[in-house]
This record gives sequence, C-alpha cells and structure tokens, in this order.
Amino acid sequence: MSNHPIYSRRWLWGLLLMASPLVAMFISLAAGDLSLSLQDLTSILLQGPGQQIEQVIIWQVRLPRALLAGLVGAALSLSGVTFQAVLRNPLADPYLLGVSGGAALGAVAALTCGLHSPIIVPLAAFVGALTALFLVYLVAQAHTCSSHTLILAGVMVGSLAAALLLFLLWRAPTDATRQAIFWLAGNLSLADPDWLVWGWLWLITGFLILWGQSFHLDLLTQGEETAADLGLDVGKTRLILFVVAGALTACAVALAGLIGFVGLVIPHICRLLWGPSHRMLIPFSALLGGSFLMVADAIARTLYAPAEIPVGVVTALLGAPFFLYLLRKKGGGL
Amino acid sequence: MIQVSNLSFSFGKQPLFSKLNFSVKQGEIFSIIGPNGCGKSTLLRLLRGQLKSNTGEVRWNNIPLDQISTKAMARQVAIVPQSATLTFPYTVRELVTMGRYPHRKNLLRFHTRTDLDAIEKALTLADILPLADRYVTQLSGGEQQRVLLARALAQNSAVLFLDEATSHLDIDHKLELTELLVQLNQKQQTTVVQISHDLDLAAAISHRILLIAADGEIVAIGKPEEVITKENLCQLFRFDIEITQNPLTGTPQVTPRLKTSPRQPPFQQI
Repeated sequence: MSNHPIYSRRWLWGLLLMASPLVAMFISLAAGDLSLSLQDLTSILLQGPGQQIEQVIIWQVRLPRALLAGLVGAALSLSGVTFQAVLRNPLADPYLLGVSGGAALGAVAALTCGLHSPIIVPLAAFVGALTALFLVYLVAQAHTCSSHTLILAGVMVGSLAAALLLFLLWRAPTDATRQAIFWLAGNLSLADPDWLVWGWLWLITGFLILWGQSFHLDLLTQGEETAADLGLDVGKTRLILFVVAGALTACAVALAGLIGFVGLVIPHICRLLWGPSHRMLIPFSALLGGSFLMVADAIARTLYAPAEIPVGVVTALLGAPFFLYLLRKKGGGL
Repeated sequence: MIQVSNLSFSFGKQPLFSKLNFSVKQGEIFSIIGPNGCGKSTLLRLLRGQLKSNTGEVRWNNIPLDQISTKAMARQVAIVPQSATLTFPYTVRELVTMGRYPHRKNLLRFHTRTDLDAIEKALTLADILPLADRYVTQLSGGEQQRVLLARALAQNSAVLFLDEATSHLDIDHKLELTELLVQLNQKQQTTVVQISHDLDLAAAISHRILLIAADGEIVAIGKPEEVITKENLCQLFRFDIEITQNPLTGTPQVTPRLKTSPRQPPFQQI
C-alpha cells in the first residue's frame, strides 16, 4: 500500500492488537501478591470457581478486577478518541479536559448524599461530566479553538471541579473521606459484580454507537464547516458524540475514580499504527485501552505487593511524560 | 439554477449586503470579483446556506434553501476552499473518500462500485493518483489544494464552488485547474461559481462576472467585456489601469499603470 514501514504492516499490528486483551488478561490474573505460572493459572481456570484459596483469588478477586480494568480502560480510550475527533485536537483527553473531574464531582456528590446505587452514581457522574464538557466547549468555541485555549479551559474546569470536590469531602464524615480519596486516585478494587454488569452494558452500547458514527468522526476531524459542506448534520452528530463520550467517561469514573492519560496515550498509539480512520481506530482503541489498564493495574498490584499503588498513579507516571513529549514534538500548536 | 432575491445580510450591526438580486444559470461559469473584505466568501456561504440571510431568500432550482437538507445540498454543490488545516494524517485516498459521504445510503455499508469509481476518477482528474497513499499532512500546500479539489470532484455534484481555490497553486497547476473547470463545464455541464483575484483568467473563462464593491453593492454583472471595463474597475481599485484585449481569446485584460518606474538593475557594469 504505502512505502511507510509501519503502515504497510498494519494487518500484523492489527492481529497483535486483537490478541492484546487475552495476553493482558493472563498477566492481570497471574500477577499479584500470589503470582502464578501460566500452567497453574490455566489449570485453575479450567477447574472453574471453587473453595480453594487459589480458586477464590482468581475467580472472585482477580477476574472481576481484570474485567473492571478492561472496561474502564476501553471506556476512557473511546471517549478520548471521540473528544480528539470532535474537538479536532489530538491532545484532548477526558482527564485533561476536566470531564473526568466533573464526573468525579457528580459521583462524590451522590455518594455523600448517601445514594450508593449502581444507577444513580453513574447518572450523577454523567451529569457532572456533561456540565464540565459544556463549559469547556463554550470557552473553546468563543475563541476559535486553539489547542492551548482548549487544554487551559479543560484544566481550569478540572480545578474548579476539584475544589468543589474537596469542599464536599471536607464536609463529609472522616472515614467516608478516606475512602473517597483512595477511590479518586484511581482504584479498581471496589468491583461489585452488579456494577460490573451495568458498566459492561454501558460500554458495549457506547462502543456500538461510536463505531456506527466512525465515518462521521472522520468528517468532523476536517472541521465543522467542511463536515457541513460534505453534508453532515453537524449539530446533531456532535451532540450524540458528546453525550456518548460523556457517558463513557462518567461510567469509568463512577466505577474506578480518576484515571488519567489512558484516553490520550492509547488513541495516539493506535493512530500511529493504524492511521486516523475511525472505522479501525474505534475498535482498536477500545481493545488496546482495556489491555493497557489491565497491565497497568497488574503493575500497581505487584510493585509494592502486598500493598498496592493506586492505578491512576501508574497511568499518570506513564502518560504525563508522553503528553510532554507530544507537546514538545508538535509544539502544541496543532 | 440559483436565484438570489432581495438578499440582505449583516455581521452583527455591520451591514454587508442590502437587497442583492442576481441569479446563476445552469451550466455557466460565474465569477465573483471584488476587493478584499467586500464579502465574497460570505456571499458564497449565503448561497450555500451555511449562513442565513437577514431578509430575502436564496432558491436552488426554485426550492428555498431552508427546505433542502444538508445532505441533499452536498449532493448538489461541492466546495473547494482556499486551504484547509489538515491535523490528522489521513491518506489522500481516505480524504477524497469523505467526498462520497452525501451519497451514502447507510453508515455501515462499505463503499460501492460507484463510490470507488468516483474516487478513482476524482484522483485522476486532480492529477494526484500517484499521491493516493501518501499522508495529506506530508504534502505541500499546492498538493493539499489538489486533494481538496479531488474531494469536491468525488462529490459528483452539478455545481462547483471555488473560494480562491487557485491562490496557493503555481502557474502550471493554476492553469491546469482552470482548464479542468472549463472541461467539466463543457462535458458535464457543471455549473461553476468561483471567487477569483485573477481578473484576466476569470475574464477568459467566465460566461458572466459579478463585480462587488467594498461596501457590498453590485457594481456590474454580465459578460466579461461588459464588466471588466476601465470605468468599473476604477470604482473598485485605487490603481490606474488600462484595459487591453487578450491577443489569444479576445477577452479583456487588465494592465496596471505603475506609479513608480522600474528600478535600474543593480551592479550594472559597462
């Protein structure tokens, strides 16, 4: 196809990407305080759930956790892809845009009011996420949307949300605060099976809608005016995309707190390997995003085992330097 | 084809056009000429329906603009902009494929034979077939411009709008694009509406020219030899000019009279 070395091997990369969730799942199941060999792991998986200590660890602790990590990673990465296309800005990411912050504020507001339900918390997060997104978008539209304005607006909305959040936590009882702070730093251990099912349903729905919109996403990367010239109903499409991406962010935040940079790093890598066409970018970002977070979680659990680092710390340690590198390479003046 | 009646438009409180009346006929090459800032691009967007007029209306084949859907509009008219900011590294072929969007029946279907043929033809016409698998972000400004042209051609529309589309092209590609417009106009009866700063070229190919003054008034509209006159142009531009006849086409040609005489070549030795 092309003389570009990476581009011509895109099918190979595609196959590797398809296999990545399986590999990541194995790593995630095997790694931890009790580390298992591939053989042990396979035999435990084949035995099915049971009362033995290894069986309990794998089936009741690690598997739900791996599924949660996959879900959250995929959701964040999908919303990252969407924001980058709609805002025409490869540096956009739910965390940097303050959307995650808004979602966290919504979720904590619901939690401190004592509404601990798998429907209400994500809904509150969703409202928070859309409010933050709306604010950022308002600023970005007023100033013909330069890269810097957008990110700055996002950071400001994020800090506003963080300030309100701290205020809520300051008023809440102490043990609730402690728990909330741990959750905010990105935590995948609260996996309640009910929440997990809801989350996966939400993710699959969102994914299918976004995939269906992939050609629209391509058009939107050319700018709203051009997209309209080419016959796209920009207002309606943008609304759908913002709502779906906001919902995915909200879902991820409600389940696992603030995990940054997944939505930035993963779409970038996929674009490098696969080009920017969303028909491929959407499914592969979802796959790689899920895999990435499963591995990041495995690292978070093993590095100081038996203690665990919040997974948000790991993704930020990997993602922030990557962001700085992109900013330097492209001068931010995208 | 396009009828403009009593069109008025203002940016905020700044009035730009008041009560414009003119029409573009099917199958003609129609050029819009005027000084910078007189609202030529705005006029094009009003014709296209991307901006809404304050009063008056624009009709396409007798149908008011607001009754035509965005997608149906994109099947009727394609636009070649002056330039585009290409942020994402699509390949040329992927970008040209976007021009097929208004013809798509549903979202999940892959491209049909017609789509692929139209894309191939557009690439050939715009002379970028060898670039088809390159990234648009790696191309020069002139090459990018031809990609935008190919995308517009892939739309297969009856009308083509060009907003100073040749201003980034070198003389060869500028002439090639002009030839292409004439060919499309003659073979497929494509209606061409273009904004141009090249008065001579516009005069050579246009059936009719619309001359707009800096205050948005129509100075003249009609055949090139009626519009490109010393009298009309002196109203618009400060420079003193002479109108001569193009020796090849017989159309009017503009020669500016420079106020300062040409400089002597430096380092002239005896």
